[in-house]
Amino acid sequence: MSEREIAGTPVAFDDDGFMTDGGQWTREIAGTLAVEEGIELNDRHWAVIDFMRQDTEAQGQVPSLRRITKLSGVGTKELYQLFPKGPAKKVARIAGLGKPKGCI
Amino acid sequence: MAEDEPIKKMSIICSKGSLDMAYPGLILANAARMSGIEVNLFFTFWGLDIVTKKRMNRLKVGTVGNPAMRLPGNLPFPTWMGAIPFMSHIATWMMRREIAKLDQPPVGEYLEMLHDAGAKLYACKMAADMMKVERDDLADGVDDIIGAMEFYEVSAGAQMIFI
Repeated sequence: MSEREIAGTPVAFDDDGFMTDGGQWTREIAGTLAVEEGIELNDRHWAVIDFMRQDTEAQGQVPSLRRITKLSGVGTKELYQLFPKGPAKKVARIAGLGKPKGCI
Repeated sequence: MAEDEPIKKMSIICSKGSLDMAYPGLILANAARMSGIEVNLFFTFWGLDIVTKKRMNRLKVGTVGNPAMRLPGNLPFPTWMGAIPFMSHIATWMMRREIAKLDQPPVGEYLEMLHDAGAKLYACKMAADMMKVERDDLADGVDDIIGAMEFYEVSAGAQMIFI
């Protein structure tokens, strides 16, 4: 557990760098976390992040990558281009959700 | 090298053609890609069925000689019962249903997903010759038909799993 200030607000993180309180998440924080992952967010990134947050709220659990590629309008190939080198953790981290545990 | 250096590259050799032996390789390969790990798959012997168009969506669960087999609700399933006609069909149907419930796609779709995710899929040259399988018989996602030596070349620096 650690806490640091992003965009003027203190944000709590777990040991793996995932936010522990989804309620603290803002779009500015997402932008900062993305830059830390080497990503400049554009509309397509936001399509994925917005879908993830909406789906998590609706379903009560973080969607699998397969669910994202089936329902967000961003396919597998594009998802890997948008979030290179390990989309599962990157997407969840930027979206302010917990570390993904699923296998798909 | 530090002991806990993260894994960067995996090679997975799939040598079995039953449904329950196909999925572990596919799932491990996909999990690798999701984690940003480079992955090469080698389909050899019966594992070639996993990437053969006519067979990939018809893989079955073998019920003979599997002491881990059980009935729904964890009821015992004596091994001799595995030889009863259509038992393999029933077990296959049940496992497919359970796999789908977990949002895991059927094998053909899985291969597409792996290909799109950047995994490299290779069919074994010797197995293809032996089974009389040609390039056109293989799933579109298959990158090439190569020999074992060439697979070692593409596997440079990788950790290997044999299934």
